[in-house]
Amino acid sequence: MTPHPVAHAHRTSMGLDSRKMAFWAFIGSECLLFGSLISTYLVYKGRSLVGPYPHEVLNIPFTSFSTFDLLMSSLAMVLALAAVQRGDMKQGKLWLLVTALLGMVFLGGQFWEFSHFVREGLGLTTNLFGSTFYVLTGTHGAHVTVGVIWLLTLWVQALRGKLGQRQALTVEITGLYWHFVDVVWIVIFTVVYLIQ
Amino acid sequence: MSEQAHATTGTYLRVAAILVMVTLIEVGVFYVPAFHTVLVPVLLVLSAFKFTLVVMFYMHLKFDSRFFAFLFGGPLLLALAVVVSLLFIFYGALRLRTGG
Repeated sequence: MTPHPVAHAHRTSMGLDSRKMAFWAFIGSECLLFGSLISTYLVYKGRSLVGPYPHEVLNIPFTSFSTFDLLMSSLAMVLALAAVQRGDMKQGKLWLLVTALLGMVFLGGQFWEFSHFVREGLGLTTNLFGSTFYVLTGTHGAHVTVGVIWLLTLWVQALRGKLGQRQALTVEITGLYWHFVDVVWIVIFTVVYLIQ
Repeated sequence: MSEQAHATTGTYLRVAAILVMVTLIEVGVFYVPAFHTVLVPVLLVLSAFKFTLVVMFYMHLKFDSRFFAFLFGGPLLLALAVVVSLLFIFYGALRLRTGG
């Protein structure tokens, strides 16, 4: 067990950091957002009147690699947090950058996948599968994009010496966001790609 | 109700290894025709297992205050209820309409 620095804490009457509490509440609200999008996808599943249909376009080996990439980015994120918490900013900077790069690889994969689908004739308004698929995975991709920008901002701050052990909670909150994006993908990978 | 220490680097690496193995099992189950009769429940259980691992160890909910678990778990259960309810309502209405 490593110690958990609590510098710059804004304590609530419950003894918990207010920023962390607010962020968990935000993540809770995000559960409802993605819950509604996943519901919409499932309700309209198999209801498309024209193709392309999911089994004709979804590429499981490619998406499995994207899933592996996002899981490894979560590992890099916890390693970055652990390094910042013990004051090892050299490792902290390295793992923050690795996390952001893995996020960019995921986004590149999603861009390629969307381009491929459009070439196959699946647009946003082609059929119910296209509409629900692009809205669900696109919203997730937008979240990944925000996460990558957030990570790169922290990395630049670390390079300029403005991020250290005392700001460990900032890195932890970034990590909460990043891991949430990862768990949403875990669900999407199963519900959209594997259960066709 | 206090925030506590997190896991070690070794634990993080072990969790990553388990996540990768479970993902490989998921993809394997998808490609093996013998599993197709139980594909949906098996995949849902494996996915829930991965979800739990990330939330408990990487998001530190196992070590943090239970209030954070409440803030996350409450809306998560509500979201699950929304998914299940909508599926029942939609497919129930569909069955009534088609007489199935």
